[in-house]
Amino acid sequence: MEISLKTETMTVPNSYLRDFTGTDTGSDNLGPAWLSSLRQRAAARFAEVGFPTRRDEEWRFTNVSPIAETPFTLATKAQSALSPEGLSRFTYEDMAGTQLVFVNGHFASELSSETFPDGVTVKTLASAMAEDSPLVETHLGKSAKFGTEAFVALNTAALEDGAFVHIAAGAIVTAPIHLIFVSTADSGPTVSHPRTLIVVEENSQVTLIESYAGPAGQVYFTNAVTEVVVSENAVVDHYKVQRESEKAYHIATMQIALARSANFSSHSIGLGGQLIRNDINAYLGGEGIECTLNGVYLGKDKQVFDNHTSIDHAMPHCNSHEIYKGILNDYSRGVFNGKIFVREDAQKTDAKQTNQTLLLSPYAQIDTKPQLEIFADDVKCTHGATIGQLNAEALFYLQARGIKKDDARALLTYAFASDIVSRIKVDAIRSQLDRVLLAERALEGIAG
Amino acid sequence: MSLLEITDLHARVAEKEILKGISLTVNPGEVHAIMGPNGSGKSTLAGVLSGRDAYEVTSGEVLFDGQDLLELEPEERAQLGVFLAFQYPVEIPGVNNTYFLRAALNSIRKYRGEEEMSAPAFLKLVREKMNVLHIDQSLLNRPVNEGFSGGEKKRNEIFQMAVLDPKLAILDETDSGLDIDALKTVAEGVNALRSPERAIIVVTHYQRLLNYIVPDFVHVLSGGRIVKSGGKELALELEAQGYGWLESGSTSELVAA
Ligand SMILES: Nc1ncnc2c1ncn2[C@@H]1O[C@H](COP(=O)(O)OP(=O)(O)O)[C@@H](O)[C@H]1O
Ligand SMILES: [Mg+2]
Repeated sequence: MEISLKTETMTVPNSYLRDFTGTDTGSDNLGPAWLSSLRQRAAARFAEVGFPTRRDEEWRFTNVSPIAETPFTLATKAQSALSPEGLSRFTYEDMAGTQLVFVNGHFASELSSETFPDGVTVKTLASAMAEDSPLVETHLGKSAKFGTEAFVALNTAALEDGAFVHIAAGAIVTAPIHLIFVSTADSGPTVSHPRTLIVVEENSQVTLIESYAGPAGQVYFTNAVTEVVVSENAVVDHYKVQRESEKAYHIATMQIALARSANFSSHSIGLGGQLIRNDINAYLGGEGIECTLNGVYLGKDKQVFDNHTSIDHAMPHCNSHEIYKGILNDYSRGVFNGKIFVREDAQKTDAKQTNQTLLLSPYAQIDTKPQLEIFADDVKCTHGATIGQLNAEALFYLQARGIKKDDARALLTYAFASDIVSRIKVDAIRSQLDRVLLAERALEGIAG
Repeated sequence: MSLLEITDLHARVAEKEILKGISLTVNPGEVHAIMGPNGSGKSTLAGVLSGRDAYEVTSGEVLFDGQDLLELEPEERAQLGVFLAFQYPVEIPGVNNTYFLRAALNSIRKYRGEEEMSAPAFLKLVREKMNVLHIDQSLLNRPVNEGFSGGEKKRNEIFQMAVLDPKLAILDETDSGLDIDALKTVAEGVNALRSPERAIIVVTHYQRLLNYIVPDFVHVLSGGRIVKSGGKELALELEAQGYGWLESGSTSELVAA
C-alpha cells in the first residue's frame, strides 16, 4: 500500500541550481535589492528542500522525478521567436480585450497590446520592478510563500520577469485581459517560470485569463506562480486555460488573498500536458466574501492531472463553492485534494465542495480526497465525491432515438461537464470547451 | 408485406430465458395490444425489438420491412422507423430537450436521405405536436426528462413519437401511473398518430388504456409466450378475470373471442 521510494529527498540536479541561484547566473544585480534578496532566499530554500517525492503527503500520487531528471534549460530570447500566425493558435479569434504575451518567459512586445483601458495597468514585472513600483514590492512573494513548496521556491529563485496587472479602485473592466504564456522547445527541452502578480483594488471588476500553451510534441516544463490580491468589494472572474503540449510538464500555484466582500471565481480548465499539477489556495481574510473554485479537466493517453485546492475561511459570513470535474479516458489519472479550513472566528461559513469524475476507460483512475478542518461551531460545510461511468440507460435512450453511439457518448460527456461550462462567462472559452467536450462535433444548442 | 414479422423468438437475460418462442405479425395500420402480468416479458420483448444490449437472442427471427432487425444497432433501428416509448424514460441532465429532439430527428432524416430540418421549420413542427399533447413550452427548454413529473415524462415520450414519425411505435406501459386526464391526453396523442402506414404495439398491464386506444388485436403474454390472441374483446375478458387464471396454467377457462 505504501509507495516505494528511492530516496527521501530527491537530489537537486546541478542544472537547476546553476540556472537559478543568483550567484551562478550573475543575474542577481537585476532589479532592486529586495528582489535579489527574495530570489536568493528562494534559491537557498529550493536547494534545501529539493524536489518533492511521493513520501511527501502533498505529492503522494504524483511522481515528479521526470522533471528532476530531464535536462531542461532556459531558452534565450533569440530561441523564443513566435510569429503572429504561431500565436493565433493560442488566442481567441472572436474575443474582444487586451493581451500580454510571453514566449519561454520572455516578453513579446510585438504580440502584446499597446494600450489598455482606463484604470488598467498591464505591464511586465521587469518594467514594474525597474520603476521600483511600491505595489510590486508590497505584494510580490507575499502570498505565494515558499516554506516547503519547492516549485514556488524555484519559480521565485528564477524571478526576472512576468506579468503585472493592476486594476484601479472603482474601475469596471468589461473586456477580458488575456495573459498568454507560450513555450517552445525546438532545440531541446526548455523550462520557464511564468510569474504573475494581479492586484485588484476596491470596488473594481475584471475578467482575467491565463493561457498556457505550446506546440504539439514538444518537451518543456512550465513552472508557474500567480498571486492575486483582491481588495474590498472587488469582483474578479479568473480563467486558466491550460493547453500545453502533450509532452509538457506543467506545475502551477495560484495564491489568492481576498479582502472583505470580495467576489472571486476561478475556472481552471485542463486540456493539455503530460504531467499537470495545479495548486490553488484562497485565503478568505474578511467578512462576506464569495469564493468559487471550479475546475474541469480532460485526460487521455497517460496524462496525470493533479489538482490541489485549499480554501481558508478565516472570517465569518463567507461562502465558498467548489466543483471539480474530471473526464478521464485511456490510461489517464486524476488526483483531487480539496482542503477547506474553517478557523475559529469563521462562524456562519457556508462551504460546499463537490468532486466528480467520469471514467471513460477501464484503465483510467482517480484518487480523491476531501480534507475539511473545522474549528468553528456554527457553520455549514458539505463535500461529496462521485466516480462513475457514462450512464448506460441514458446512452441507450439516445441511441433508441436515432443518435449514433459515438455522438451519444460525446453528448453525455458534454452533459457531465455542463454545469461547469455554463458558469463560464467568456463566450470564446465556453465555445472552445464545448468543441473539445463534443469531440469537434457540431452539436450547437445542446446546453440544457 | 407485413411490417414486423417475429418468428419463434427466444431471448435471455443474465442466463435466464425470458422469451420462450414468440411469433407475431404486425401489418401497417394495425394496433396490437400486448397484455400480461408483471414479469411476463413485455419489456423484454420491447427491449429486444429496440436493440437493448442486456438481452441475448438465442433463436428466432425478427424482420422489419423484410430486413433482419436483430443485427442492427439501436440507432439504425430508430432510423429505419422503430420507436420505443420507454416504460421508464431516462433523465439526462445537461442535454436540452429541444436540442436532443432535433438531433434525433435530423439523424433519422439524414438516414432517409432527407435534408436536415431548419430551426424555424423544426420549431413549427414542435409547436404543432406540443399542442396535441398539452406539453408546456417550458418543458422543451429543460434538460431531457429532468425534473419532469411521471405524467410529463410519459407525455414527452408520445410527443417525441409524434415528432419523429416512426413506422412502428412500441409503447411500453405508457399508461402506468397516469391519472385519468393524463391517460386521455396520451391516448389522444396516440390516436392522432394512427394511420394506414403506421403500426403501433401498445404494451400494457391494465385494460383501462384500451378503452381509449382501441386495438385491432390483443395478445396475452405469460411466461415468455403469447398464450392467447384475439380481438379487442379479449382485453375486457382479461379485465373481468384478472391475470389469476394464467398462474393456474390453464387457458381453457378463458372464453375464446
Ligand atoms: N436486466 C435484467 N436482469 C435480470 N433479469 C431481468 C432483467 N430484465 C428483466 N429481467 C427479468 O425478466 C423477466 C421479465 O421482465 P420484463 O420483461 O421486464 O417483464 P414485464 O415488462 O412484463 O413486467 C422478469 O422476471 C425480470 O425479473
Ligand atoms: Mg415492463
